[in-house]
Amino acid sequence: MFRKGLMLLLTVCLAVSGAYAKKKPYKVGAVFAITGPASWLGEPERNTVQMIAEQVNREGGINGHPLELIIEDTAGDETRTVNAVNKLINKDKVLAIVGPSRSGTTLAVVPIVERAKVPLISCAAAEAIVSPPEKRKWVFKTPQKDSDAVIRIYEHMKKHGITKIAIITGTTGFGAQGRKQLKKYAPKFGIEIVADETYGPRDTDMTPQLTRIKASGAQAVVNWSIVPAQSIVPKNMRQLGMTIPLYQSHGFGNIKYVKAAGEAAEGIIFPCGRLLIAEQLPDDHPQKKVLVEYKRAYEKKFKEPVSTFGGHAYDALWLVINALKEVGPDRAKIRDYIEHVKGFVGTGGIFNFSPEDHNGLTKDAFAILTVKNGKFALLED
Amino acid sequence: MSASALLQLLFSGVTVGSIYALTALGFNLIYNATGIINFAQGEFVMLGGMTAAWLAGMGLPLWFSFVVSVALVAALGASFERLCIHPLRSPQILSLIMITIAGSILFRGAAMFLWGKQTVYLKAFSGERPIRFLGAALHPQTLWVLGTALVITICLHLFLRYTLLGKAMRACASNRTAARLTGIPVDRIVLLSFTLSAGIGAAGGVVVTPITLMDYQQGTLLGLKGFSAAVLGGLGNPNGAVAAGLMIGALESLSAGLISSHYKDAVALVALLAVLCFRPEGIWGTTTQR
Repeated sequence: MFRKGLMLLLTVCLAVSGAYAKKKPYKVGAVFAITGPASWLGEPERNTVQMIAEQVNREGGINGHPLELIIEDTAGDETRTVNAVNKLINKDKVLAIVGPSRSGTTLAVVPIVERAKVPLISCAAAEAIVSPPEKRKWVFKTPQKDSDAVIRIYEHMKKHGITKIAIITGTTGFGAQGRKQLKKYAPKFGIEIVADETYGPRDTDMTPQLTRIKASGAQAVVNWSIVPAQSIVPKNMRQLGMTIPLYQSHGFGNIKYVKAAGEAAEGIIFPCGRLLIAEQLPDDHPQKKVLVEYKRAYEKKFKEPVSTFGGHAYDALWLVINALKEVGPDRAKIRDYIEHVKGFVGTGGIFNFSPEDHNGLTKDAFAILTVKNGKFALLED
Repeated sequence: MSASALLQLLFSGVTVGSIYALTALGFNLIYNATGIINFAQGEFVMLGGMTAAWLAGMGLPLWFSFVVSVALVAALGASFERLCIHPLRSPQILSLIMITIAGSILFRGAAMFLWGKQTVYLKAFSGERPIRFLGAALHPQTLWVLGTALVITICLHLFLRYTLLGKAMRACASNRTAARLTGIPVDRIVLLSFTLSAGIGAAGGVVVTPITLMDYQQGTLLGLKGFSAAVLGGLGNPNGAVAAGLMIGALESLSAGLISSHYKDAVALVALLAVLCFRPEGIWGTTTQR
């Protein structure tokens, strides 16, 4: 009920703000996990697209057409996502869809958008979303690849002479996917995994696993998971007196996890987009302007620290808006336009799409960050 | 595996186990007074932790946040009983349990709207510096959790055994009608048990938050593990609950350290099932005890 009320309110707001323009609104769908266990993804994404839509409409819309966002909550659930996407396509007749937030929910709707021929720009990471390219004609994604995160970590390790590592991963989809990639790429970098531990999504103490890792003679630990384990593992390591470096996944990209881990967060190394350290980038960095503007606007409006996840929605919606500006309200033309975008500067990196690559990012989209004095700091660009 | 590593695993088990034990205590109290399982117990724990973290986050002293959070949640427990449990004309165990489940969903949702979905944290009461003992490290907060569990268990024991009110509470559990005939104000006893167990849950929530961190969904899992401990220890037996909580914790940690972390939860659950197969009343429970 509440959700419907919200949506009604939003539609009314948009209708009122769009009343000045006589031209027909451009309808774009957004499906995010706004509630439920993945809400830490969906909420900043929803906030971001709302903020962009307000801005676009305030500035006169897209070529005079107001942008009408229709936002659906998936609660992170596959069935609800399928229903939401069907509704957006058949009832609302949207021109394109931004989202979903999770890899599983995205894969669930890929066949639907392929059949209905509606462009979908996912905010989820799994590589299967955009491969194989010949079966993903209408699907794009904005987050960087998991495997690139692993590669950046291994490159950093190699440079610092680390060859024996321990991995500890959550049993969630994200953790399991990371574990797979970590094991797959280790031999290519001459890295040996001497301990492989896992933990449940709600575990509150990882000292047993870390005790084993301590005894394994590993030179570094990689933890791949989502909250709150990302704050607990460093705390437990400190408790056990472990001083070997801790690497975490790009999921660590939210300053709240650093605060939760306290002093134990100091020195954690992780690959991440450049959004969190936007202000520290040199002024001539191509992404700096976009990142700083988005970060300031978001933090001012929502009074909470920006996260990379909202950034994925930022990139996705702007791709759609740019396409609408150029080619107008035609689904096929929007798709063709996005497929040939080159040098689009987003929050996740600089996108160069092609018919074979519907992600458009390379491993250079990740920088290596660390935690210094309770703040994120750039370690290696 | 070296002796110090083994000790470390035991310490981890104690840390986690003491959290389960503390949650289990609240289940017992309401069960003792009403004969029902309060499935909102985990939510009381969560609310305690969230409220304290919220107050401490506003710069209030830790002890003050602790006291206020326990008082607030106890008041919530009392109003929950008055508004949802008390008005029922013919209370049946099943419908009462359903109400507590509804309550847990309501509290979870309310916490989400009040404090959002982010994980909150609270400073450890006496620092983060681990206590070293024979090569193993113990988080100082564990001692706070254990101490709190111990104090609460002793107080509860004394209260239920030796005070008139405590005896009245036990009388209600064994036979409501008979208790009422002897002049015990049954509905007020039930109110008291909800208030107390909400307060105990909240106290537990505050002391565990520095270790576990807290978010609006954490209550479900804490409630589940606490419930397992309460059942394993024998429902209605506070001492058994503490022992069983520690046992489950130790079992989880030892199986993660010695066998494999992939099967940690499975080992603990299989052990739980096995015990319940042979002693359905729990290790320290008796079929007649209430």
